[in-house]
Amino acid sequence: MNIIIDLLSWASLMAGSIFLIIGTIGLIRFPDFFTRLHACSVVDTLGFILIMMGLMLQAGLSLVTVKLILIVIFILLTSPTAAHALAKAALHGEVKPLLNHSGE
Amino acid sequence: MDNINKHAISLGLSLIGLWLLLSGHYTLLLISFGLLSVMLVVLIALRMDVVDHEGHPLHLNLKALFTYWVWLLKEIIVSNIYVCRLILNPALPISPTVIALRSSQSTDLARVIFANSITLTPGTVTIDVDGDITEVHALTEELARSLLAGSMDSKVTALESRSGG
Repeated sequence: MNIIIDLLSWASLMAGSIFLIIGTIGLIRFPDFFTRLHACSVVDTLGFILIMMGLMLQAGLSLVTVKLILIVIFILLTSPTAAHALAKAALHGEVKPLLNHSGE
Repeated sequence: MDNINKHAISLGLSLIGLWLLLSGHYTLLLISFGLLSVMLVVLIALRMDVVDHEGHPLHLNLKALFTYWVWLLKEIIVSNIYVCRLILNPALPISPTVIALRSSQSTDLARVIFANSITLTPGTVTIDVDGDITEVHALTEELARSLLAGSMDSKVTALESRSGG
């Protein structure tokens, strides 16, 4: 039983890390500010949730898990707010989003 | 006035719950410290005049909210995989688009939930909210089109109306 939980937890941590790496690659590859913002949101949604799930499976049914769940809820509420603030600040600073024709 | 009392009491109760979960030490001394801090926080919140239906949305139906969260989680996973495939595609086939959405929510709280849900799903970011117009930057035209189809908008509006808004 323990080994199954460990395996699930490792799988979840690995998958989370892979999403973090992909998000970071996107951050480097995408051409402008707004598209890079999209790459970041891969990191702080699925990558983050999967890593937290892996940690919860390690912690088992305890107060630590409750705290991890609270962290997930708070991050999921604050990260879009931060992303929105960044995007709005960029618009005010007259960073023009690259539009359609910028495919490459 | 009654309404403010109701929100203050529920704020206090949820803070006590949070404190008990976070502390993990249940001795008389520490619990009384916790209660004192909770009372202080509620007093400060009352003085700051932030105890209302927006800061502490009691009127949202919890069951509907959880159903919405499960649906949102599914959306997040789907669009994460979509964006990851874009990133790993050597040709980088993106087509950034800015669209203005007309959303159908009537309260500010529901608009915030809608705008935050858009930002939370990878590939779309809300860049401006003005009245019922939500301006969105999408990574590809396909994502913009699926937002314009409006299933997220109607789900948030349903959340609002089911709870009596």
